[in-house]
Amino acid sequence: MRTGITAPFAAVGRAALDTAAGIGQWGGFMVDAARSLRKMDIWGRLLLQELARIGVDSVPIALFIATFTGVVLALQAAYTFTGAIPQYFVGTLVGKTMMLELGPVLTGLALSGRVGANISAELGTMRVTEQIDALETLAYDPVAYLVAPRVLAGTIMFPIVTVLATSIGIAAGWVASLFLLDMSTPEFLKGLRLFFEPFDVQFGAIKATSFGLTVTSIGCFFGFTTRGGAAGVGRSTTRSVVVSSMVILVLDAFWAATLL
Amino acid sequence: MSIHLKEIYKAFGENVVLKGFSLDVHEGETLAVVGQSGVGKSVAIKHIVGLLRADDGEVWVDGKEVGGLAQEELYELRRQVGYVFQFAALFDSMTVAQNLGMGLRRIPGMTEARVRERVEECLDLVELEGYGNRFPAELSGGQRKRAGLARAIATEPKYLLYDEPTTGLDPVTTTVIDRLILRMREELGVTGVVITHDMESAYRIADRIGMLYDGRICFLGTPEEIRACEDPVVRGFIEGEPELMGVEP
Repeated sequence: MRTGITAPFAAVGRAALDTAAGIGQWGGFMVDAARSLRKMDIWGRLLLQELARIGVDSVPIALFIATFTGVVLALQAAYTFTGAIPQYFVGTLVGKTMMLELGPVLTGLALSGRVGANISAELGTMRVTEQIDALETLAYDPVAYLVAPRVLAGTIMFPIVTVLATSIGIAAGWVASLFLLDMSTPEFLKGLRLFFEPFDVQFGAIKATSFGLTVTSIGCFFGFTTRGGAAGVGRSTTRSVVVSSMVILVLDAFWAATLL
Repeated sequence: MSIHLKEIYKAFGENVVLKGFSLDVHEGETLAVVGQSGVGKSVAIKHIVGLLRADDGEVWVDGKEVGGLAQEELYELRRQVGYVFQFAALFDSMTVAQNLGMGLRRIPGMTEARVRERVEECLDLVELEGYGNRFPAELSGGQRKRAGLARAIATEPKYLLYDEPTTGLDPVTTTVIDRLILRMREELGVTGVVITHDMESAYRIADRIGMLYDGRICFLGTPEEIRACEDPVVRGFIEGEPELMGVEP
């Protein structure tokens, strides 16, 4: 029995082992998901439906967040630049920040709540009510039927939603600059073009693609491994959102360190 | 052709559920497996369709060892074995007809017209005509069990596994389900394994009854034989006397 000084170390050790085991299980799950891509006869007809559900249905929340982020960025930039820096740099800051950071990350975090939680709760409920077992008895590979179309749809649609959200965020920053900062359109565009690189858009899309893969695969993994009824579904859903949010932030730093 | 489970051992962590479970199911018979709740009845039949893998022992279905089958071979075998789940396990985002069509669409060469036709046949067979467009949430408990049975028989399996088909149903609905199980044997000629702890139901539907106790079959015989059995564990279970079984009341 561990007491006193050793107890915290034992707890940290157990948590580390659990985390390592979880990463290993997720890795095995992803290998199964990759193998299931061969079974296009199962997932092919479900992909369109998932593209709509994961991508198109997420557009309103992504645009809502991007709009207000763009407005706030413009106002905060103008507040920061007062006097010392030309005001057209507001366009630079709004554009660069939306494309490189806030567009992909805020969209990813918002969709980890909307998409990741939804997938985890749905598959978790199917697991505890034996619907996944039922799929197996009807000769379906449940990974090909439930996981492959969701992960593919997330990986395809997250960058599209992110590019859309980024565009709307920049547009909102431009409108805020016109009406709240007394800037002109040529001034805003001058700043926007000043340090623009086509790679900025690619960088945001690469990040969003990795976030899409992360959010959907983690949602599917926690849903698939749910145990213990309604409480288990609740636990899986919470874990899915927390873990995918953390991984999004880690990936964000990883891409910045490796690609910039 | 039949089902043989040989010396199956299965544990979940420290909890050893099956300890040398053996059972032979003969072609064309309906065999009921009875036993207390939580004794491992459902665990045992899940090995037949490969939903669980034994820690040790062998499961043979139609001359094939289930544990040694590749995934595609296992799916092929599963088309021969219908599984009726305890709580029906209907896909709740689909209508009853879509549920029934799921297994049919995995059969090579099956046309949509034939799927629709077969769905109607199966709904008629379980007396759910006109319920095809309803969602599972719109059905009663008994109707859901019948829809689950219809889904299991849609692919015309040789074997049907029933996991607690009458649990939670009123006596009248229980009799309706029991009659359906008998019809499956008499009209479709399927071999059935029924997991239950309802002895009245077991007497009505089973050709033989096996009792699962302490991880293995402790009695196997006809309904008449189990009624006459003097073994205290068997008597304790069928009479509902925990003291006879050595269980704290």
